[in-house]
Amino acid sequence: MLKIWSMKKEQQKAENAEGTAAGGKKKKVTAAQLRVQKDLSELSLGTTMKTEFPDPDDILSFILYIEPDEGMYRGGRFSFTFNITPNFPHEPPKVQCREKIYHPNIDLEGKVCLNILREDWKPVLNLNAVIVGLQFLFLEPNASDPLNKDAAEDLRSNREGFKRNVRTAMSGGSVKGQTFERVTK
Amino acid sequence: MAAGTVYPASEPTRWKYLDRIRTRPGPYTDESTFDGSVVAETMEKMSILVIGAGGLGCEILKNLALSGFKNIHVIDMDTIDISNLNRQFLFRQSDVGKSKAEVAAKFVMNRVKGVTITPHNCKIQDKDEDFYMQFQIVVCGLDSIEARRWINATLVNMVDEEMEDSLKPLIDGGTEGFKGQARVIYPTMTSCIECQLDMHAPRAAVPLCTLASIPRQPEHCIEWAHVIAWDQEKPFPQLDKDDPEHITWLYQKALLRAQEFNISGVTYSLTQGVVKNIIPAIAATNSVIAAACCNEAFKIASGCAPSLGWPENNYMMYSGNDSIYTYTFKHERKEDCPVCGNLARELIVDPEWTLGELVESFATRPEAQLKKPSIRAEKKTLYMQSPASLEEQTRPNLEKKLVGELGLGEGDEIGVTDPAFATVSFKFRLKFQKA
Repeated sequence: MLKIWSMKKEQQKAENAEGTAAGGKKKKVTAAQLRVQKDLSELSLGTTMKTEFPDPDDILSFILYIEPDEGMYRGGRFSFTFNITPNFPHEPPKVQCREKIYHPNIDLEGKVCLNILREDWKPVLNLNAVIVGLQFLFLEPNASDPLNKDAAEDLRSNREGFKRNVRTAMSGGSVKGQTFERVTK
Repeated sequence: MAAGTVYPASEPTRWKYLDRIRTRPGPYTDESTFDGSVVAETMEKMSILVIGAGGLGCEILKNLALSGFKNIHVIDMDTIDISNLNRQFLFRQSDVGKSKAEVAAKFVMNRVKGVTITPHNCKIQDKDEDFYMQFQIVVCGLDSIEARRWINATLVNMVDEEMEDSLKPLIDGGTEGFKGQARVIYPTMTSCIECQLDMHAPRAAVPLCTLASIPRQPEHCIEWAHVIAWDQEKPFPQLDKDDPEHITWLYQKALLRAQEFNISGVTYSLTQGVVKNIIPAIAATNSVIAAACCNEAFKIASGCAPSLGWPENNYMMYSGNDSIYTYTFKHERKEDCPVCGNLARELIVDPEWTLGELVESFATRPEAQLKKPSIRAEKKTLYMQSPASLEEQTRPNLEKKLVGELGLGEGDEIGVTDPAFATVSFKFRLKFQKA
C-alpha cells in the first residue's frame, strides 16, 4: 500500500495545518446548507422585500415577498416560494410565484422565465442574484421572452394598454377573459 | 498458449502476469516503499468498496476481481432494468427486477474463484461512518452528483489525525456519452469533489420562454409538455417518470404541439429520454474510464507505480467525441471549499452557556472575530442575523441554553457565517468544558 499517511504528515509539517475533524457519528452541517446559510446572511432585501420561513429550522424552503415601489407594478405585493434542493448550488433554487398575475414573463401557474433560474444558472451565483432578478422583472417586464404570450403581445403593441391591464389585474379584475388575483395592499 | 484456448485458464495461470508486477519492481516503482514479497498478501487482506453497480460498476467489479483484490464490497440501491442489459454485462434478462449489487456480486464471485464480494442493496446514505471505516480504498462509479458530494463529504469528515486508517483514497469515475473522467482524491490532502464541482457540466436547459413561445426542436415540445402542459392539466396527481401511462400522456401532448409548429421527430423513446434526462451511455466509454480507475486502485494498493492523486496530477479527462483525447492535470484545492477547505475546528464551550453567550464569544475569539455571526446546527437554525424575519424567529433562542434547551451535544457541528467574511464560512465541533 502506498504510504499515504506519511505523505499526509509531510504535507502537514510543510503547511503547519490545523487539526481536522474527529471520526464518529456526529451531526454534520452539509455543504448545501452552509452555502444557503451564507447566502441568507448576505441577502440585501432593502425596503421592498421580505422573507418568511414557515419552519425556521428548514432554511431550504421559504417565501419571498416583493412590493415594488416604482414601475408598472408599484403598490402590488407578490410572493414567491423558494425551494432549494440538497444539490444547491449545483442546481438553481426552484422559484414559483404564488399568485395568478398578469405578467409577460410569469405564466398563469406562477412559472418564472428568468435566465439565471434555468439555462444561465451557475454555482457562483447566489440567492441575492435571484432576488435581484425577480425584482427586475417587475421593474422591466420583458416582451421578448414571453411566458404569458397575451401579456407580452399587449406590452409590445400597446404599452399604455398594457399598463392599464396591469392595474386591472392587480386589483383582481379580468383581462381578456382571465381573472387575476388581487395583489394590491 | 495455443490459439483457441479459452480463458479462464487454470487459477495459477490467471495470476501469472499480475504476479510479475506485484513481486518485482518496475522502472517507475519507488523502491523505498515497495516490498515485492508482501504485495499480493497486502492486497488480499485489503477491503475495497465499490459504489454503484451500474454501467461503470460492472466494469469496476470485474476489473478489481481480476486485479487481485479479494475482499470487495459493492453498494447500489437500484434494481436491474431491461435497458441496462446492453452494457451492464453482469446481468441477464432473467435478472430484470433484481438488486444490481446482489446479482453483480454473485456473477463475479462465480467467475473469479477466491474473491469475496459482499453486496449492499441500499443507499450510501443508509450506511454510517463505521461502515465506511472498514475499507482501505473507495471506488465510485456513480451517475449522480448528489451521491458523489455525499460520499466525498463523509470521507473528508472521517479523517482523524490520530488514526492512519481513517484516510481513504477516493477514486471517482464518471461518464456521459463519449466523455468521461477518472480522478483520485486524498480526502483533506488534495482537491475534493466539492472543490471540483464546476467540472460537472450543468444540465443543458432551454429558456422557459422558448418552450412556451417558439419551440424549434422536438425536445422543446417534449420539455413543454413536461414542465408547462403537465402543470396546467395535471392528468395525474404526481408525475411518475417510470409510468408508461404518464410518458404516453406527455408524448401525445408533445406530438400535438410539434404538429402545430411543423416540427418532426417527437417519438415515445425521445420523450422518455428527455423527461428522464437520459444521455445515451456508451459501453466503450465506461470500460475506458473503469479501466483507468481500477488501474489507479491497483497502483495505490500495490505501490508498483506512481498513481494519480499525489503530489501532482489528480484528474484525467477523456473524450471520445472526435477521435480520442485525454488530458491529465492537477486540479487545485479550493481554499474556501465548503467541505475540505473548511474542516470543522474544535470549539470549547461552557456547558452552562446560553446561545447568546456563544454568539458574543465569537466577537472576541482570536480564531474567528466575528461581529455578526449567524449560527446553524445540522437540523436547527440557532440564530440568523438576517434576513429580518428569520432573525425575529430565532431571537428567542438567544436566551436558551445550548445543552438541554437547544439540544446540542458533544461533538455536534455548527456552521457559522458572517457577512464580513464574504467568501468563507466556518464549521466548529462543540466540545463542552466547564469554564
